[in-house]
Amino acid sequence: MRTVYLDHAAATPLDPRAFEAMRPFLTQTYGNPSSFHSAGKEAKDALDAARSSLATILGARADEILFTSGGTESDNLAILGVCRALGKGHIVTSAIEHQAVMEAVGHLEKKEGFEVTYVPVDKHGLVDPEAVVKAIRPDTILVSIMYANNEIGTIEPIAEIGNAIQKMRQAAGSKSPLFHTDACQAAGALDLTVEKLHVDLLTLNGSKIYGPKGVGLLYVRRGIKLQPLLFGGSQEKGIRPGTENVVGIVGLATALTLAQAEAKTETARLIPLRDKLISGILKSIPKTRLNGHPTERLPNNVNISIMDIEGEAMILYLDARGVYASTGSACTSASLDPSHVILALGMPYEVAHGSVRFTLGRSTSEADIDYVLEVLPPLVEKLRSMSPVSVDEKYFL
Amino acid sequence: MPDVTSFDKKQSWFYTDIVREHFFHPQNFLDHDPAEDEFNAIGKVGSPACGDELRVWMLVDAESQRIKNFSWRTFGCGSAIASTSIASVMVTENGGLTLEEARKLKPQDIMARLGGLPPRKFHCSVLCDKALRDAINDYYRRHDEFDKIINEAWRVVDPVAKVTDHDIEEAVLDGAATLEAVQAKTKVGIGNPSVLPAVEELIRFYREKYFG
Repeated sequence: MRTVYLDHAAATPLDPRAFEAMRPFLTQTYGNPSSFHSAGKEAKDALDAARSSLATILGARADEILFTSGGTESDNLAILGVCRALGKGHIVTSAIEHQAVMEAVGHLEKKEGFEVTYVPVDKHGLVDPEAVVKAIRPDTILVSIMYANNEIGTIEPIAEIGNAIQKMRQAAGSKSPLFHTDACQAAGALDLTVEKLHVDLLTLNGSKIYGPKGVGLLYVRRGIKLQPLLFGGSQEKGIRPGTENVVGIVGLATALTLAQAEAKTETARLIPLRDKLISGILKSIPKTRLNGHPTERLPNNVNISIMDIEGEAMILYLDARGVYASTGSACTSASLDPSHVILALGMPYEVAHGSVRFTLGRSTSEADIDYVLEVLPPLVEKLRSMSPVSVDEKYFL
Repeated sequence: MPDVTSFDKKQSWFYTDIVREHFFHPQNFLDHDPAEDEFNAIGKVGSPACGDELRVWMLVDAESQRIKNFSWRTFGCGSAIASTSIASVMVTENGGLTLEEARKLKPQDIMARLGGLPPRKFHCSVLCDKALRDAINDYYRRHDEFDKIINEAWRVVDPVAKVTDHDIEEAVLDGAATLEAVQAKTKVGIGNPSVLPAVEELIRFYREKYFG
């Protein structure tokens, strides 16, 4: 059976070139970078080289890059680290952040006495920079807005928001608030230059950019104090102790370098495929709706709500035909709540339950898109024939 | 809060083969608009807002009081579709259950016949027994046998999800201590948040009663 993997926002295969770069560090160059001998120095050199190349991509200094275990840890370190170092204050974030941000902020709000403002998004999932500015108070210490959304692919105006925050700080002669962005989903397609984005902290990881899983980084602008989440040795300036994951870090650096170098051509290749899938579904299946922004959207993201049926059922039927996708339906979540992102767009629960996400990647061909457009409509028809539900158009158009 | 999660074919197909069979080849679902003589009772439970909705059309033989036909439509996940399908087989096989017998059908029976379900799927997606009892009452109502209607002894807390105070009690006894935990087991108030204050009160009540 043909298999079509369209879940690249969840995980990507490792780039073979990154794998080759990593290979020696699994069996030969295994020293501990902290060791005071040649084997250690070899590992330390590789670590330094990876840090430098990642810093170059971000337009940052090498000492501004902290390595972590992935996107979730980087987001937690940024948010908990900044806020706990300052002790109290107000946080601004958006209604559609990844759980790694949302739950960290929620913890500070519920358990540690911080106040939070959740800036809403428009019907396409865009954060209004004006709304962020308005939400900022004299005691605001941190703003965290994602660069691109993992579910609906909407690209947020990070540079504009960052610029506005910087101006506010200058006008007030204050160091606060700091601005953090989670760039995990954006890293394969968008510019990561921190100066252009006007960000103070930025999260990246390996698993969405054809790098290894279990490795990430946090860019922390020089001079920012973070309270560590872990305590131990002096690795990563003591902010993130623990023997460095050298092989993962080498893989991350290689993968991100390649992904950024190829971002333009890959974007140009993916956008027509993305738009073919979107318009194909909307045309061939009645009662469907595109979630997210029509143009300000990641080149690989397609998120569509199909009314009157439930996402998990659809994913299972697609899986049986070899198509791997995902859903914002409650049925695949532990909480039984449907996607907070789709709900934040102002859509009712029914629309969130019926959302399906296809995320394209390097292996995606036009024949793959044609295959999805061939198998999806009959599956929808079959599930609709079993469904007692008919959502009125006024609720989703 | 959910991320967009997905299924890897090799690892996380957490449904049994029986569930898969009924999910991919559902039995007795209603693929047409039923004629008046095709059923003599209907039942309903859930709403699409809470993630599952189930409607059933039941044909009962007046003389034997056995279920001759049991058709359904379900909006829901894989296990909701599969559990409805197998329940429809259970009530009609071997000449059909009598209404007396059918009323005793428990979610546990349906789940056992499916070879088990993932724990978090159990409370939310096995709804067919509730729709069945709704249809049984409807049959007696239509046939003026009002004395046979059994309204569940417990009180409905969430009329949309058809969650009763008894369901909350069971969830608390099952170890759910918070609203979130009770919701994870019962789906109470999902899509119907106005009932949540009452639910929280019940959770406090049962926690004090059993664990106070």
